[in-house]
Amino acid sequence: MEDFKPRILVAKPGLDGHDRGVKVVARALRDAGMEVIYTGLRQTPEMIVEAALQEDVDAIGLSILSGAHMPLVTRIMALIVENEMEDVPVFLGGIIPDDDVTALNEMGVSGVFGPGANMNSIVDFVWEKVRARA
Amino acid sequence: MQDLIEQARNGRPRAIARLITKVENSRSGAAKIVPALYKFTGQAHIVGITGAPGSGKSSLVNELAKALRRRDHKVAIVAVDPSSPFTGGALLGDRVRMRDLSGDKGIFIRSLASRGSLGGLSQATAAVIKVLDAAKFDTILVETVGAGQAEVDIAGAAHTTLVIEAPGMGDDVQSIKAGILEIADILVVNKADRPGAARTVRSLQTMLQLGQTMMVNHHGRSMQTASIAPNGSNDADNWEIPVQETVAIEGAGIEDLLDVILVHKDHLRATNGWLTQEKLRSRREIEALLQARFMERFQTAVSQDDRDQLITSVANRTTDPYTAVAEIFNQIKT
Ligand SMILES: Nc1nc2c(ncn2[C@@H]2O[C@H](COP(=O)(O)OP(=O)(O)OP(=O)(O)O)[C@@H](O)[C@H]2O)c(=O)[nH]1
Ligand SMILES: [Mg+2]
Repeated sequence: MEDFKPRILVAKPGLDGHDRGVKVVARALRDAGMEVIYTGLRQTPEMIVEAALQEDVDAIGLSILSGAHMPLVTRIMALIVENEMEDVPVFLGGIIPDDDVTALNEMGVSGVFGPGANMNSIVDFVWEKVRARA
Repeated sequence: MQDLIEQARNGRPRAIARLITKVENSRSGAAKIVPALYKFTGQAHIVGITGAPGSGKSSLVNELAKALRRRDHKVAIVAVDPSSPFTGGALLGDRVRMRDLSGDKGIFIRSLASRGSLGGLSQATAAVIKVLDAAKFDTILVETVGAGQAEVDIAGAAHTTLVIEAPGMGDDVQSIKAGILEIADILVVNKADRPGAARTVRSLQTMLQLGQTMMVNHHGRSMQTASIAPNGSNDADNWEIPVQETVAIEGAGIEDLLDVILVHKDHLRATNGWLTQEKLRSRREIEALLQARFMERFQTAVSQDDRDQLITSVANRTTDPYTAVAEIFNQIKT
């Protein structure tokens, strides 16, 4: 068992009401030895960044299926900068067109995972990011 | 670090959050930070909320926090969930029920994993509470799942402990956990909208009466007062454990519950109970830290091989546990 217990915020911004996928990711991260703070459906960018700040998380995972990823992530990244949390890696799951992936990376999102992403690859990615930061 | 403490005192969430991480992550972190802020603590009213999984603790905390805000209290919430003993990971989901509280600078919520180590939960939680106390929160609500020792430990850290029951979770007196009287200052029957709530209330009241009788017999002298709370938190003074009904999802019964919580706080203040509780907590904390330091000293002074050998010798009766410990003590002393 690892001594380092990364704290990961897993959140679902926007209005779509499907939380099955995000819960699967949350459980996989927990089973990999992380402490996952799950905040539930329909989170605003403000709620997400406030929670990340109070919980002092090592990474933020977002699930967006509504198609509104560009405006939501833009707002979230702006709030992250405003709160001096740029060192906290952000990763994203959803159905994201390639062009948007490039734009999201430029905004500072460090990983984007499509619906078919392998769970192990998500877990490995998060471990790598949080270890690099620790 | 002095800087962080200064900022936390001024209510900067990032500083508070960082300090909490530091005291939670290691005893050495807490050993640096707690001495620097201890003089600022002792102001907050610490309220423990415990009860079976799903009884509505988080929903109730959400409502209580809103009610406290209406009365101008600054509120901090510590929500503890269990870590998996196998992977060490944890899923901390209490915030899901507290979404009403976002966007209010007078509220700070922190989720903690129990992290499993013996006595570790109470030490880490106690240190986290101190950070929030020093950060000038008036009321600190601590939610823990009611499960054996953790529950008792947390109750030891709180001035006022609420035990939450819900109807239909085994309502007869026998099935209600025996330890409940030891820790509860206030009993809450949540989900009072559900069938059977009145029965749960009656069972609890019966149990309280039985508890009194037992206390009287136990002490072997007659008590002329109506009720005695055997929870150590009120010194010898009387506190009649009330049974409150709430419907957390509708916000019903919350103002009344908060009134009772504040009456208990006043009661503690008026009766020495506050000081008694502070002393009890201080004693426990000193003892727990001493124990941890002794264990640490033992582990550094005696090599893993020697420890294994000692254990084997005790197991195969070459020596006995008392002689083994006497030898270890001689070794540590030098
Ligand atoms: N009918 C009814 N349901 C309630 C009430 N309070 C809470 N619930 C529901 O009970 C479920 C559990 O509520 P929580 O507040 O998460 O309970 P908890 O005790 O914090 O749960 P854990 O932290 O998982 O142990 C949720 O579905 C709530 O909506 C109530 O007063 N009446
Ligand atoms: Mg809860």
